[in-house]
Amino acid sequence: MTIPFLILAALTIAGIAAAMYLRNLVHCILALTLGFAGLAALYLQLDAQFVGFTQILVYVGAVAILAVFAIMMTRSAGPMAQPVFSSSWIKGGCVAGAVFAVLAWAIDRSATSLEMLPPQPEVAVRQIGDALMRRFVLPLEIMGLLLTAALIGAVLIAMQEKPEMQ
Amino acid sequence: MSSLTSYLLLSSLLFSIGLAGALTRRSAILVLIGIELMLNAANLNFIAFWRYGPDPAALTGTMFAIFSISVAAAEAAVGLGIILAVYRHSKTTDLDQMNSMKG
Amino acid sequence: MTPETIDRIFIIWKHWLLSYAPAGVQPLFSALLSVVPVLAVFPLLFAITTVLERKGLGRIQNRYGPNRVGPYGFFQPIADGVKSLTKEDVVPRTADQVVHFLAPLLLVAAAFLAYAVLPVGRNMVVANLNAGVLFFFAVGSLVELAVFMAGWSSRNKYSLLGAMRAIAQMISYEVPLVLASVVVIMAAGSLSTVTIVNMQASYTGIWPHWFVFTPWGFVGFVLFMIAATAEANRSPFDLPEGESEIVAGYYIEYSGFKFALFFLGEYLGMFATSGMAITLFLGGWAAPFSFLTWVPSYFWFFAKLLVLIAGFIWVRGTLPRLRMDQLMNFAWKFMLPMTLLNIFVAGAWHFMAAGSVRWLVCAVLIFAPSVLLALGLEKGKKKIAARTYRFAE
Repeated sequence: MTIPFLILAALTIAGIAAAMYLRNLVHCILALTLGFAGLAALYLQLDAQFVGFTQILVYVGAVAILAVFAIMMTRSAGPMAQPVFSSSWIKGGCVAGAVFAVLAWAIDRSATSLEMLPPQPEVAVRQIGDALMRRFVLPLEIMGLLLTAALIGAVLIAMQEKPEMQ
Repeated sequence: MSSLTSYLLLSSLLFSIGLAGALTRRSAILVLIGIELMLNAANLNFIAFWRYGPDPAALTGTMFAIFSISVAAAEAAVGLGIILAVYRHSKTTDLDQMNSMKG
Repeated sequence: MTPETIDRIFIIWKHWLLSYAPAGVQPLFSALLSVVPVLAVFPLLFAITTVLERKGLGRIQNRYGPNRVGPYGFFQPIADGVKSLTKEDVVPRTADQVVHFLAPLLLVAAAFLAYAVLPVGRNMVVANLNAGVLFFFAVGSLVELAVFMAGWSSRNKYSLLGAMRAIAQMISYEVPLVLASVVVIMAAGSLSTVTIVNMQASYTGIWPHWFVFTPWGFVGFVLFMIAATAEANRSPFDLPEGESEIVAGYYIEYSGFKFALFFLGEYLGMFATSGMAITLFLGGWAAPFSFLTWVPSYFWFFAKLLVLIAGFIWVRGTLPRLRMDQLMNFAWKFMLPMTLLNIFVAGAWHFMAAGSVRWLVCAVLIFAPSVLLALGLEKGKKKIAARTYRFAE
């Protein structure tokens, strides 16, 4: 473990934990962007430049902004009067803790045969493009279809109904 | 502790925090964000396994991560659209109050 | 000194300075030497631009503009700087203090980060990233977040309205901005800004190989600049800060130096997108004619930047502000289809044999639909009779 990794890991965990447990929803989203940026930096640490920048573009630029819009349009910004955790929070917390315990135990027990860091792979964006267009072209097309369907579906669901009731 | 193990531990911690958030928060928006966080933890695993795996030149982990990010974006759009529609109907995003299927 | 030496003079200086640094800190020192000029030059350009803009707008509106401080008012930015530094920094009592403080810092930091991938001269780029163009757009998306932080944390309905307008507008125009640059990425086969400029830095006869001199490149450049105007929140797309509607938009509750930081961040963003347009379409630092290659490369970059800034000022002085529905219709019903069509035309251009036939086919393919789409925007509108002024005639 190196010092940059520790700093980034601490930053990511802090951001994401704050995102899940702060009271004010807008603060949650802002902390969340910090966590996403930390994750993007971790991807850069792992030599995945393209994925790191995509992470910032998609998560900070789109998902966080979308969440902000949702918060603004449902008027849930500002401090809440009721408790922020649901009535079944003990059960939920226990499940999450158990999941972490099992995962950590499995990771700790599993064979660490891949200890050596392989030499840095020469990943140009060009190779990613080639792979997308040749080996992974079918998933790419399906992804395009899925995104189109999701776009149309989201618009249809969120569209204001015709004001005929009034 | 090898470096791969530390990345895996980090991602499992992220996954658990996301899961805890999704299971315990009242706000529907944050539950959705918790699910996004779990997807992110999976992405970190893909990238870490790709980087420490035997054949980084094959780019499999990178591809998985890219597709997973796109799916997550689509999921966020649809999910937040549903939250907006529910809010318009029942005037709340509090999951404890959304306890009836009838309008 | 030979032209080559003048062209490389900053690189020579950097190496000379670097030789004095101890070996241990050389990477750090090298990074510092690359970053500090960017931090110095572009704010200086901002200062020059503010006075040029005010004087230019003044001329367009038939008045003088600033003319009190220094010769022809050219020291006005210094007076402005002193004023903003010495003014009281007012923070509303109900504001979210931390977010309110962080918003201008994030905005300026994001704007500066974008310069990391702009090649301002031959071999003069802070970071030659393999995914440079992607980095540029990823960093640009941070600006939206900063704008939201500013608007929301001020606890003011005008600032929140301005922030939501700004975000809606920036998201809508980011799509055509990215798609307009895709044609260049297709043609260059690379996301690296350095490679893209190098591809344009050759000549046939005296004419350069800039991407703007192809049908798809020209249309891409025009679309890119329109989207860049909207991204920079400049007139005619200045709804987020329309001073006659919502006072000043998202930075209404900022005063003193924080206000100046917003101003700086906005102009830096404009310079960065203009620099990206130059890099993608106008050949970056390449000279416009082959017999002018002796002029230093960085001179050409900044000359092109100043021309684009002059264009921005001209547009601001000429066009009235759009309405919100016009803005959105234009983004989704004109810009988006045009950029998608442009990508198709760039593909067709790639697969057709070079010659005048290719030129003609591609030009018709791109210009005919643009006219039809523009007419379609007008269709279905109610014709409004010419207004008659009963008393003002």
